[in-house]
Amino acid sequence: MPEYTLRIRRYSPESGEAAHWQDYDVELDGHRSVLDGILQARDRQDGSIGIRCSCRAAICGSCGVRINGKPNLACHTHLDKAHQTAVDGVITVEPMGNMPVLKDLIVDMDAVHWKKIQRVTPWLLPEGEAPEREYIVPPESMIDVTQTMACIQCGACVSDCLSMEVDPLFIGPAALAKAYRFVGDPRDGQHAERLRNLAEDEHGIYDCTHCFNCIEACPKGVAPMSQIMRLRRIAGADHGIDDRNNGHRHEMAFVNNIERNGLLHEADLLPDSYGGKFHPRAMPELLSSLPVILKAVARGKVTPAGALLHKHKASKEVKRIFRDVHDREERYELNLYVVGEEEDE
Amino acid sequence: MKVAYWPGCVSRGFTPELHGSMAQVAPLLDIELVELDRACCSGAGVIAEHNQELADTLNARTFALAQQEIANGATMMMNICSTCQGAQSECQERLDANTPYRDHVNETLSAEGLRYDKGIVNKHFLWLLVEEIGLDVVKSKVKRPLTNLRVGPFYGCYIVRPTDRLGIDDAHPRDTYLQLLIEALGGEVVDYAGQYKCCGFPIITMNKQNSLRQAGRHLGDAMDAEADTLVTPCPLCHLNLDLQQPLAAGVVGRPLNMPVLHLPQLLGLALGLSPKQLGMNKHVVRPSSVIDWSTSVVAAATV
Repeated sequence: MPEYTLRIRRYSPESGEAAHWQDYDVELDGHRSVLDGILQARDRQDGSIGIRCSCRAAICGSCGVRINGKPNLACHTHLDKAHQTAVDGVITVEPMGNMPVLKDLIVDMDAVHWKKIQRVTPWLLPEGEAPEREYIVPPESMIDVTQTMACIQCGACVSDCLSMEVDPLFIGPAALAKAYRFVGDPRDGQHAERLRNLAEDEHGIYDCTHCFNCIEACPKGVAPMSQIMRLRRIAGADHGIDDRNNGHRHEMAFVNNIERNGLLHEADLLPDSYGGKFHPRAMPELLSSLPVILKAVARGKVTPAGALLHKHKASKEVKRIFRDVHDREERYELNLYVVGEEEDE
Repeated sequence: MKVAYWPGCVSRGFTPELHGSMAQVAPLLDIELVELDRACCSGAGVIAEHNQELADTLNARTFALAQQEIANGATMMMNICSTCQGAQSECQERLDANTPYRDHVNETLSAEGLRYDKGIVNKHFLWLLVEEIGLDVVKSKVKRPLTNLRVGPFYGCYIVRPTDRLGIDDAHPRDTYLQLLIEALGGEVVDYAGQYKCCGFPIITMNKQNSLRQAGRHLGDAMDAEADTLVTPCPLCHLNLDLQQPLAAGVVGRPLNMPVLHLPQLLGLALGLSPKQLGMNKHVVRPSSVIDWSTSVVAAATV
């Protein structure tokens, strides 16, 4: 029987001791899970190890931890795989991030994750009279939300969200993916209200930095960041929500900038993101950026000619593509989670 | 080797020293850069956020233009911008995975007589250095090893996540290439908390506080780890880490003075080019530690 060393992060608030690492050798086949390893250590060596778990089959979402620094379900990670990515052959297991630790590997999901889920009104708000029996929708209209419905609420994405790391009030990937669950549901009657609420909140959809950590973390392929981008797309394009965070304005300023120039002209992007050079909102923002711009000019980083005159060689062709795609009646979104990848022939 | 070269926008706009230093370094490594000067912005994720098909079509056009160069003898397409690499990889993933979708996109391109065939090889300069040129060859061309220079890698996001889309696996540990390169150049790798984190740039116009709090925190971590400089494969990270560094210092409430080099600048330094040739005078945070280091090395060599 192979032997693995688990280095577990221990912390007990009542003990008064600081958090520390403790090593446990376990004997198990490599195809058994890290959770099996932790449970063996608890059974045979130290009954005080704290871990939350239930189904052991990647369904219940209870055993989210960080293994070798990356969030995952302990029951969904094989010991031999974990051993491969372990530095010096020692598998480290520690509690998830962005949430307070209650004991050892158990974090306070109530204080963070569930509070944020509640924030997005996670239930259906249908319009009009309730039907006599169930709400009936065509099956294909629900395919789009299956990806977000795959979420098992394990908190792995919350653990490693880099926006939340600097802004604990950020609604975050799990809750925003949950929000899309209802914005994408044809039975819900409050799409516009939900979107306005999430777009206007300074800790809402426009506080996500595109860092892909949640996509990487999710053991279920939910791709929370992609759901956040869809919320933005629907808020801006379909509901015309012109949020106070400059989120939609920035998106449109960028898109129009490329359509006009083929390449990004940074000098126009900043003022346009705030509504144009003469917009009242633009003035204070531009003034606060002035020292940065002047310094950049002084260093020769930004030359007036470079900033204003780099002309694109195929602007007509680029403009035509913008026109062709924008002229379509519906946006064409290919979701590989739904359609899958083709087999190689 | 000849490559179809996509420099991106920012390397020719707000970080001209990136495009400039790449042009300096390429001949030293026998790389011929055929610039894709008719291609357009990758969309940096923002166009995909606005309209996925639009981003896919614009990048399919870039790939098609690159494939014309590949037919003319270029080995592959090459990027120097992580954000372009990530945004283009995302589009390529969809285009390559679904034939009807690719046909649909090609239909739009056909008006210009262009067509994208699945499977283009599109590598960031960092990947090309390790996988195509080889670190042994790079090492053999080093004129001034970066001895005693403490360099912190700053990967950012687009070049390391998601790992499967970016082809990071046991055979291609692309999330360690900066460390391997720094070592090959004779430098000392500095391990610090922020190396794989987000610089905050994408939300600079939406939430300046949170954006600069991220940049400031990573820069501070690198200072605490006593790095002489950071090196990044992403010009957008460079904007938040260098251009915005004075503002970031205000947001995190500590003085910051951390030079940030572009990848070809660090390489060029070891290959014997001077800081000035590599455009280091254009940075907002003067890379004094790096310039002092190179002056002392040159002085020692001429004594």
